[in-house]
Amino acid sequence: MTFDIKIDKCVGAGVCAIAAPGIFDQNDDDGIVVVLDANPSNDQLGQLRDAAARCPAAVITLMEP
Amino acid sequence: MSPTDTMSTKVVIVGASAAGTSAAEGLRARGHQGDIVLIGAERHRAYDRPPLSKQILQGTLEPADLALRDPEHLKDLAVNERLGVSATALDAAQASVHLDDGATVSYDRLIIATGVSARRLPHSDRVRGVYTLRTLDEGVGLRTALSEASRMVVIGGGFLGAEIAAVAAQLGVDVVIASNTSALLGHALGSEVGEQVTAFHLSKGIRLRTGHAARVKCLLSNKRQITGIAFENGEAEAADLVVVAIGSDPAVDWLRSSGLQLDDGVHCAPDCSAAPNVYAAGDVARWHNLLFDSAMRTEHRTNATDQALHVVNRIIDGDRTPYTPVPYFWSDQFTLKLQAHGHLRRHDEVRIIEGSVAEGRMVALYRKRETLCGVLAIGAAKALRQWRGHVAAQMTWDDATSLA
Repeated sequence: MTFDIKIDKCVGAGVCAIAAPGIFDQNDDDGIVVVLDANPSNDQLGQLRDAAARCPAAVITLMEP
Repeated sequence: MSPTDTMSTKVVIVGASAAGTSAAEGLRARGHQGDIVLIGAERHRAYDRPPLSKQILQGTLEPADLALRDPEHLKDLAVNERLGVSATALDAAQASVHLDDGATVSYDRLIIATGVSARRLPHSDRVRGVYTLRTLDEGVGLRTALSEASRMVVIGGGFLGAEIAAVAAQLGVDVVIASNTSALLGHALGSEVGEQVTAFHLSKGIRLRTGHAARVKCLLSNKRQITGIAFENGEAEAADLVVVAIGSDPAVDWLRSSGLQLDDGVHCAPDCSAAPNVYAAGDVARWHNLLFDSAMRTEHRTNATDQALHVVNRIIDGDRTPYTPVPYFWSDQFTLKLQAHGHLRRHDEVRIIEGSVAEGRMVALYRKRETLCGVLAIGAAKALRQWRGHVAAQMTWDDATSLA
């Protein structure tokens, strides 16, 4: 599964990096999302879905195949 | 009830904002097959509230940008939405909710997610030019008012008041904050950090009234249009716009006859249950967080979703797993992004271990008894996330300060 990020709406909460640390990280200062893995493997899908559900600014959109 | 039965129960969610909508989405994500009724007092679908005091006032986001979920996605959830309808009473014995359109909705499980409403000053609705900020409609109204204002008084020196004041100052409005604490945010972050934040606001041209000089005596008006505020000490401030940001109250009036315990929120057990088959989530919920051994009610955006998803798991799995989050909040003021993990209220000590507010980069640790209870950072988001793990692990103060 792939996903889309609306980075201009990211608030830098780091919820995604906590939920899916293999897929997301943050900038050091403002915390804006950094994508580590744009094509996560199937065993990371649960974490990716969790990150999308919990993102406070609804920045992550899953692209269902 | 077996898990199979649970999957086909009817869940009624009162409150269709972040917590309520997250609950509906979470139920379907867990495979819930039964009816879901989502009742919302506002006519809008769930929208992002934090930008109301930031980008909406600045004009950098429009109302349409705030939708938390794509309408098509919500349609796929097959949720029975009742928007623009308020619950008026809960009959727990009959397991039903009464609505202001005359309908009665029965439930197998009820999730209370009605949030909070802004506190107002007495008689303020009789005068034009006095605003509170909680809803999208209020945000749009305040944006228009700001574009026409020249002098604004913000009543309240908490996060919301400080954010609104910062935006207004950047828009060129002459701003006075009247705060009942001597330092902005001091009640939450402690006086040392609060004084640094205050100095930052003063450096941007905002004026501050505190103590007796900030106690409002009455609103001043001419032909029902606001002209200023009179204070208890005999002084007055002229204003063509007044924003009241003095906190909010849990929206529990509809629950008065329900038998639920309601002082400062719907009282819940550690698993977020308030009564048999009744749960609460989001700003309205007060529960005992066992991680901090403290009763909590948080008005934080991330808690709305996290607590809703906890309630979903509680309903689907049927176990009494306690909800033990590390609370998180952020606030944007001028160029400052403040972020905190933990339970900072009623802390015993603050120690700034790096930087200062003026530098735009700071890390501060908070102690409760002998434990690290929270961490605040400005412009140090990634470092903050490392500290979050130490708060979750209840690191001792000695260990935390030796790491610093």
